[in-house]
Amino acid sequence: MIPLSYRTISQVSGPLLFVEKVRDAAYGEIVEITNAVGERLRGQVLDSSNGMAIVQVFGSTMGLNVGETSVKFLGETASVSVSDEMLGRTFDGLGNPRDGGPRVISRKKVEIVGSGINPYSRDEPSEFIQSGISSIDGMNTLVRGQKLPLFSASGLPHNLLASQIARQAKVLGASESFAVVFAAMGITSEEANFFVKQFEETGALERTVLFLNLASDPSMERILTPRLALTTAEYLAYETERHVLVIMTDMTTYCEALREISAARNEVPGRRGYPGYMYTDLATLYERAGRIRGRNGSITQLPILTMPADDKTHPIPDLTGYITEGQVYLSRELERAGIYPPIDVLESLSRLMNQGIGKGRTREDHRGLADQLYASYAQGKDVRALSAIVGEEALSATDKKLLRITEKFEKMFVAQGVREDRTIEQTLDIGWRVIDELSDSEIKRIKPDLISKYRPKKVEQVS
Amino acid sequence: MQSEVTLDSRDANFVRRTCSTLLRLGIRFRLDNSEGGMRLNFVIPDMDTYPRNLTAESQSDGTALQAEHSIFADEVTSTYEIQGPFPVYDLSLPDYGQNFVGGEGGLLLHNTVTQQQLAKWSDSNVVVYVGCGERGNEMTEVLVTFPELKDPKSGRPLLERTILVANTSNMPVAAREASIYTGITMAEYYRDMGYDVALMADSTSRWAEALREISGRLEEMPGEEGYPAYLGKRLAEFYERSGRVMVLSPDERVGSVTIVGAVSPPGGDFSEPVSQNTLRVTRVFWALDASLAGRRHFPAINWLTSYSLYTDDLAGWGRKNVANDWPEVTSRALEMLQKESELQDIVQLVGYDALPETEKGVLDVAKMIREDFLQQSAFDDVDTYSSITKQYLMLKTILEFGERESEAIKAGAQANQVSVLEVKNKISRMKWTPEEKIVALVEEIEKEMKEEFEKLVQSVIAT
Repeated sequence: MIPLSYRTISQVSGPLLFVEKVRDAAYGEIVEITNAVGERLRGQVLDSSNGMAIVQVFGSTMGLNVGETSVKFLGETASVSVSDEMLGRTFDGLGNPRDGGPRVISRKKVEIVGSGINPYSRDEPSEFIQSGISSIDGMNTLVRGQKLPLFSASGLPHNLLASQIARQAKVLGASESFAVVFAAMGITSEEANFFVKQFEETGALERTVLFLNLASDPSMERILTPRLALTTAEYLAYETERHVLVIMTDMTTYCEALREISAARNEVPGRRGYPGYMYTDLATLYERAGRIRGRNGSITQLPILTMPADDKTHPIPDLTGYITEGQVYLSRELERAGIYPPIDVLESLSRLMNQGIGKGRTREDHRGLADQLYASYAQGKDVRALSAIVGEEALSATDKKLLRITEKFEKMFVAQGVREDRTIEQTLDIGWRVIDELSDSEIKRIKPDLISKYRPKKVEQVS
Repeated sequence: MQSEVTLDSRDANFVRRTCSTLLRLGIRFRLDNSEGGMRLNFVIPDMDTYPRNLTAESQSDGTALQAEHSIFADEVTSTYEIQGPFPVYDLSLPDYGQNFVGGEGGLLLHNTVTQQQLAKWSDSNVVVYVGCGERGNEMTEVLVTFPELKDPKSGRPLLERTILVANTSNMPVAAREASIYTGITMAEYYRDMGYDVALMADSTSRWAEALREISGRLEEMPGEEGYPAYLGKRLAEFYERSGRVMVLSPDERVGSVTIVGAVSPPGGDFSEPVSQNTLRVTRVFWALDASLAGRRHFPAINWLTSYSLYTDDLAGWGRKNVANDWPEVTSRALEMLQKESELQDIVQLVGYDALPETEKGVLDVAKMIREDFLQQSAFDDVDTYSSITKQYLMLKTILEFGERESEAIKAGAQANQVSVLEVKNKISRMKWTPEEKIVALVEEIEKEMKEEFEKLVQSVIAT
């Protein structure tokens, strides 16, 4: 079928074009838009009704006029050519080369919308990924095929942390090929430079694919960027058997782009003006993480989102939390106390932790020790709040002990260097040192036989 | 004893149901159809052979139409005894009829774990587990772990009596809305065969989210927080499909559907529409508490905000089947916990040390109830399931310790002298003790407890 061109645009509204007298425009079809001076843009059909199509333009609609602009319906949905050659390359948010190199030429062209994975065909994620960061490995373990977002806010070092994870992440005792796919949506060029530099420094760039949609780029592109990245990741994971880490930043600007389109289409707004289908839309992205039975590769997602005004009930973190398997929560309080990484373990959670830890994976005392640390830290934080009122002198001996444990937990366990890559053994040993003041009977979360096996021997025990 | 019954009714449905019941019971009747309504004449041959509630209500004048309804409309309203496996936290909150597992701070809570535990251990013939908008990897975990699980009663795989409805978040939104109806219809199918069916719906919040999304797409006028105005009605319709019924069949058959629905309100805000509408129609509420989860107190069911309106109904059953003082023991424990929460407020102000010794004793015992009884590990082979007898013994032992402690304090002992008693270690090991050894351990504890307290009191008196 020869693609037809139309010059029947009736209205340009924000990022949308309303084209009339269209025959057979398909939902999600890609169009090519040529303006009065012959410049070309791309767009996608958002709504196709009888004789009418609404086109969302990837790029600026500024300067498009109604009479002279033509729209060509290409008869295909958005797709991307994928190949091994993409590793080490940088693309823009629409998948065009940004590094001055040639276009990717491949026989394999894949639609970017992806398709849901039947849970029955999934493989259970159970391989422990050692990130080298104690508060993640010890308390909120990441496993292959998981999607674990970083809940952050403006001014917190989420980029530094994400790059540290990308640099250090490894599966113990395995030497498999590993790749990073990086999707940037609306981040500043400085942030983008930071990531590129980080990848360059560690030599990781040649196994990284970057899709960069910067803050100055058209916001509509952001809708496509994560899908391009995930499609590429799926190719690398399931066709070439690599283990792929997908970093998506910043999901908040992605959601804002969604809201922009929704508003332009006069849709009934949901919470805070975000469209009602945002949950479904986010799910189609996040659920593309995982493992598939019979394939060797895996996709692990590390989305980053900045919570507006540190509000975790905001629709973006809220809906993300419904879909992802936990979260790593960065706290401003810890950041101010000078602790890096400022991970608040009480707010963080990894729902797949239990599958990834324990005997044969990490160490058999891992679960119990993590629970004990959680419990003591939570109690300790209560005591800290109490001591602010009554003063430290008024505390009981037990409370003082808890206070010291809390202090040690933050200073020794959570805090670590940007270049510090701790093994899981080191992490757990530090954990034991944090609670060394507790007597055996006060350690309620760890089974007695494991206490005697793993507790570091001391000269005298505090009872 | 014979009884003659005349019924006048305009309600054709009621008459039809009555006729079918009479047919089933093999009772002959005469039906007159006139303009004023229908008159039904029949003779009940021998009252003693029919259910008791039928005798009480049947009157020959036929005036008590409302009461007659309850005889013939197939609803059974007597107390239903649940036998067999109970997780510990069911103690104060018996599971019967409609349940509601709510969650404060949906992000943090293991309500999925709680639900899976229920699926494994609840006393039902058939389990329908609806993963509504569930995470792909978690659904896979269910699919992988269920076939491995042994049914504690039959020793056969649990999957043989389980139906999993797997709907993941990236599936079409209409499928998400339909998933819980699919589940409940399957449940009713088995109920009509006379089975007891437990339906777990995780989570109804995501179902409501789907309802909202579709409503938005239909451009309906949004109600509270963007949810459609009919949200409450739909929720009530769903929960009202639970209950215990006598099904239409030639032989006497009773089947039931128990719904355990999970609600995950954004940011733990119970005032949001889905929680509020659910609370309106359910009779049991388990509030999962984020601060408990933070402390790694699992199951994170808040003992004070949760409630069950069936507690009184089950008191008699408890007396008969567990122990004569069962209701007193549970309410005594709840009382201690309530007292503790009041005292905690004071402790926040003045500190633990400033409390009188008796009050300190209360706090100690409440702490034991929390840590040694309410906390339960779903991942430990022994602790994962605790029979109601074991629960009783554990609680009784702790309360007895509390009583001895308060006596000792009255005699002049200090709370910190009590807290170092050796027997406390043994008490905290009760939950790790297998069912068959628990009686022996409790006897041992009682003996030791008696000795140690006597020794303590003597030493106090001596000084």
